[in-house]
Amino acid sequence: MSKPVYGIGGRFAKWLISAPPLVYLLVFFALPALIMVFAAFRFPGDYGGLLPLVETDPETGKQTVLITLDTWRDYLTFENFGRFFEDSIYIELFLKSFWYAGLTTLICLILAYPLSWLIARSHKKTRDLLVLLVILPFWSNFLIRVYAWMIILGPQSYFSQAVNGVLGVFGIEPVSLLFSEFAVIVGLVYVHLPFMVLPLYANLEKHDMSLLDAAQDLGANAWQRFWRVTWPLSLPGVWAGVALVFIPALGMFAIPDLLGGTNSMMIGNLIKQQYLDSRDWPFGSVLSIMLTLSVLLLALVAAWAGSRGKKKD
Amino acid sequence: MALLEIRDVVKRFGDFTAVNHVSLAVEAGEFFTLLGPSGCGKTTLLRMLAGFERPDSGEIVLDGINVANVPPEKRPVHTVFQNYALFPHMTVAQNIAFPLKMAGVPQAQIAGRVDELLEDVRLQEFAKRYPHELSGGQRQRVAIARALVNRPKLLLLDEPLSALDAKLREQMQIELITLQKEVGITFVYVTHDQGEALALSHRIAVMNKGHVEQLDAPEHIYSYPKSRFVADFIGQCNLLEATVSELGPERMTLEIAGVGLCHVQPVAGAQVGQKGCLALRPEKIKLGATLPADDSDEVHFKGKVHDCLYLGDVTIYIVELDNGMLVETMLPNSAPGRAKFFDDNDLVELAWRYDAGHFILG
Repeated sequence: MSKPVYGIGGRFAKWLISAPPLVYLLVFFALPALIMVFAAFRFPGDYGGLLPLVETDPETGKQTVLITLDTWRDYLTFENFGRFFEDSIYIELFLKSFWYAGLTTLICLILAYPLSWLIARSHKKTRDLLVLLVILPFWSNFLIRVYAWMIILGPQSYFSQAVNGVLGVFGIEPVSLLFSEFAVIVGLVYVHLPFMVLPLYANLEKHDMSLLDAAQDLGANAWQRFWRVTWPLSLPGVWAGVALVFIPALGMFAIPDLLGGTNSMMIGNLIKQQYLDSRDWPFGSVLSIMLTLSVLLLALVAAWAGSRGKKKD
Repeated sequence: MALLEIRDVVKRFGDFTAVNHVSLAVEAGEFFTLLGPSGCGKTTLLRMLAGFERPDSGEIVLDGINVANVPPEKRPVHTVFQNYALFPHMTVAQNIAFPLKMAGVPQAQIAGRVDELLEDVRLQEFAKRYPHELSGGQRQRVAIARALVNRPKLLLLDEPLSALDAKLREQMQIELITLQKEVGITFVYVTHDQGEALALSHRIAVMNKGHVEQLDAPEHIYSYPKSRFVADFIGQCNLLEATVSELGPERMTLEIAGVGLCHVQPVAGAQVGQKGCLALRPEKIKLGATLPADDSDEVHFKGKVHDCLYLGDVTIYIVELDNGMLVETMLPNSAPGRAKFFDDNDLVELAWRYDAGHFILG
């Protein structure tokens, strides 16, 4: 294939168009990420923040750099990382967060697939209406929607009373739905469901229906038509949805904060705690870095497994 | 008994009757074509054979069993779809293996059978390619191989060549005929292209408005169209309005108003005074400045050239008769360097044998 030819003007235009988002990402994403990485190697300040590297004389305004070749050991350390691995509680919290996020993703997928399929297969007018309904929750504030769940799951709600009424029939003690792992998963699924539905719908909507006719004509029953044709062709949509749900769910802190009990903390809560409550920015940074690295690792493993699966065929 | 018998099948969509009391039989090993313009019901009929539509009434008997209500996946019938409908996530070999897997053929036998089919359609080197890496003609061959692989009793082809360009289409027609002879499977072919139908089929059912207008061998349909519709739809045909003026055992005489009398082969049921039209193919008409009138079997008329169409191998001349009727005729451009023999408004003479045309009543 021949390469497209751009003149100097064309090349300039390309740069001009991509410069604003590039600058934006550099300033507001890459730079903060680097600052965070750097912070992970420093000591916390006396009253939060980080131990300063530069001292300013309050009277003269003269600045002195404290970190020198001789003193850098007092200002930089690996200890924050050591702390992460010393106590298994952090790793356990990571694993629990992965479990919550994974379960959320799975439930979202199971709920979203038939819904997306239904939307994709309905008439044009109904389809637009259904898509609108899926994105409608975005019109109200995230926290308000979570507070609504606090009311729904709260002990006074009809829902709670109904659930406990049914449990009572079977002689089971009343349970508190709110402030539990159950409530956290319900909240996570509720908030992330549209992010699974939309990419799946976008994928399923493009499917060529004649492929299903062909499969049926060639002897495939309903289950085989789904498993051999629809499902493999929908995988790009599935992966997009999984990424869009799993990654944000993993770092979520507001939902465990509001709906969870003492036992349903996630990494997000721990990181928030380090920054805002314990005032230990360096350790908060370490936790953030570990979170990013573990998601990256997971993505790499998935990509590797995907390419292996392809070669095997 | 015929392999496939369609008995009095009716299919309605709301108020529209797509297939209106159609009955026909297809013999084993036959290349059978359903031909007609779009909306004539041929595709609906094909979809009923495949099982995607159920007839409102009537029977579809395949090998002695009424399959009218059997779902597509349970019928020993496969379809080659118009857009091929190859599975984009499967290689050529996997596409061809699909029906075998669905039929539960043991893995060990699948590979051998797929190889056989790849050889039949000359795509051995392409086994590991994906459909999007193939040309239109290659995709077409994969679709046919996939539909043939587990030896269906009936292969349905839904305008399979319509997406190909003219040259490739002709080549694929030859391949289809060869393949059909090789595998010996009965083909039911749907097309709106009369040239394709004539070239490929053993028999053609010409359909119009939901019913079969004529069912015959290609040469019969071409030479003896039963209705104006068939005459007009198949090839080029002059339809000259005429009235029966005299009946005889060997010939009957027609009067073409304002032009004169002409002889034609008698048709069953014709009566003096009955109106109809004389169907006359352009290539059966002689054209000249003057033509010798020594053959009593020939009919002669005078006219003038109204229009010429130069087509390369032949030139079409539209000749206007004395009554204003236009007759299409053609001359091969056999003389070197000569585009045409006549110009507009040249006076010419037309002649044809009495049995060149065919009178259609009504």
